[in-house]
Amino acid sequence: MSSTVTLPEPAPRLKAESRNLDFYYGDFKALKGVSMPIYENQVTALIGPSGCGKSTYLRCFNRMHDLYPGHRYDGAIELHPDDVNILDASVDPIEVRMRISMVFQKPNPFPKSIFENVAYGLRVRGEKSASYIEDKVEAALKGAAIWSEVKDRISEPATNLSGGQQQRLCIARSLATDPEIILFDEPTSALDPIATGSIEELIGEIKDKVTILIVTHNMQQAARVSDYVAYMYLGEMVEYGATNDIFMKPKRQETEDYITGRFG
Amino acid sequence: MKPISERAQALRRVIKAHKRWDVTFGLVGLLSMSLAILTLVALFSQMIIDGAPRLSLDFFTSFPSRRAGQAGILSAWVGSFLVMLVTALFAIPVGIASAIYLEEYARKNWLTDLIEINISNLAGVPSIVYGLLALGLFVYAFGLGQSILSAGLTLGLLILPIVTVTTREALRSIPQVIREGAYACGATRWQVISDHLLPYGTPGILTGVIIGLSRAIGETAPIITIGALTFIAFLPPIPFVEGAGPFDWLFSPFTVMPIQIFNWTSRPDAAFQVNAAAASLVLVVLTLGMNAVAIWLRYRLRKNIKW
Repeated sequence: MSSTVTLPEPAPRLKAESRNLDFYYGDFKALKGVSMPIYENQVTALIGPSGCGKSTYLRCFNRMHDLYPGHRYDGAIELHPDDVNILDASVDPIEVRMRISMVFQKPNPFPKSIFENVAYGLRVRGEKSASYIEDKVEAALKGAAIWSEVKDRISEPATNLSGGQQQRLCIARSLATDPEIILFDEPTSALDPIATGSIEELIGEIKDKVTILIVTHNMQQAARVSDYVAYMYLGEMVEYGATNDIFMKPKRQETEDYITGRFG
Repeated sequence: MKPISERAQALRRVIKAHKRWDVTFGLVGLLSMSLAILTLVALFSQMIIDGAPRLSLDFFTSFPSRRAGQAGILSAWVGSFLVMLVTALFAIPVGIASAIYLEEYARKNWLTDLIEINISNLAGVPSIVYGLLALGLFVYAFGLGQSILSAGLTLGLLILPIVTVTTREALRSIPQVIREGAYACGATRWQVISDHLLPYGTPGILTGVIIGLSRAIGETAPIITIGALTFIAFLPPIPFVEGAGPFDWLFSPFTVMPIQIFNWTSRPDAAFQVNAAAASLVLVVLTLGMNAVAIWLRYRLRKNIKW
């Protein structure tokens, strides 16, 4: 379906690309030949009804499925500029996760201090320099727009923060290691509208530094935060395009039915 | 006020009849609980009345003696302490390691299910069976003799399932999203375990360890089976003193608190019964103390761990 894609001007660079991606949970084929581009420093939103495979697709990008038995990938996700197929068995999933970080549906800070949460990615990379870690933690907290709220209680448990603050802390945690792509798996579904607004604003700010792939069940959110949208249904990619095109003049009837709320 | 409707009257009758059962069960429950508590209080107070006057520093620093008034529990508490040390050093690492393996490494299939069921079953095997196993295995087959090492390993085996099961439960109570969050940061399996699962599981694991050890410290049957002495008037060799090697104490004959108590209660002389009561008091206080520490640790450590 990539042949039908119309790009806004000027065309951004390709950061990653999935080609004919099939994914199986045991015998169940959860993704069927998904092909789409992910553009650098752009926000790509995955929308579709529950069970359509959008989270499954997202979790292919950091090989999260490798944690569980019975998974199988077919096809490719190529990560540019080095053109490596991150699904290939020869690629260590840990290497993939060090390049592509993730923010989860429910805020999941570790029951450690605020500082240690953000520093954790650096620590698993073997970073020893305390001053370097401190600088990176501060930069990440500033990047996630939470520095002013936590700078005086950086040693307190992260679990004392409110839900919205916890989620911004998790964004800081994923920013701290300078990832190439950040995956957001319905990052606001457990948050109130105000916290949701601040997360959406944040996504708009950090895309200058990082490529973003976001799963959302909220179409207004997709319209607000994304540059590109992919509509998925029953494990297939039904339509992909620039956000304006998808919401204003979808090419497929199914897409229109879903975004106008007639279905889903 | 308006008269109450017939419908409401009927409902009130039904509710009243049902509530009789509330009261009945409340009374039965209270009675059952009082029975249990009163028995405990009676046993405990009898033990205190009999034993407490006998407690003195001499009682802790004297060896057993043929004269009840001079007998003490020195060899028994030292033996219990050293046996517990071996038990802990064996059961804690092995129990935690097997729990981590089963929970985080092993694939979930019928074989791990079978192992899991059998570990729970092991916790219910009568302790004398462990004693017989240890007599054949440690004492004779491995040639460890009737020693502190044999006893420690035996009790270690006995509490291994307790440690393993509680460790697995502690690991299981850690939400999957925490694991996924750590993996998503690029952590290896061992980094997830050592940086997250073990620290967050510590309250539960410690509780299991202490409950296991407080069970082990009161065990008598398996220790008698492997041949602990009932009368012993010397201490195990202290490392590097009088030419003793660093590990000689492991192979020393020994006795433990419950055996000392058992020995005294089987004497006809009433004065020894007082000694037994005093020693029992020490043992009970020790066990209760260990359980109290477990509760306190769980409370303290859990305060900082929530999801």
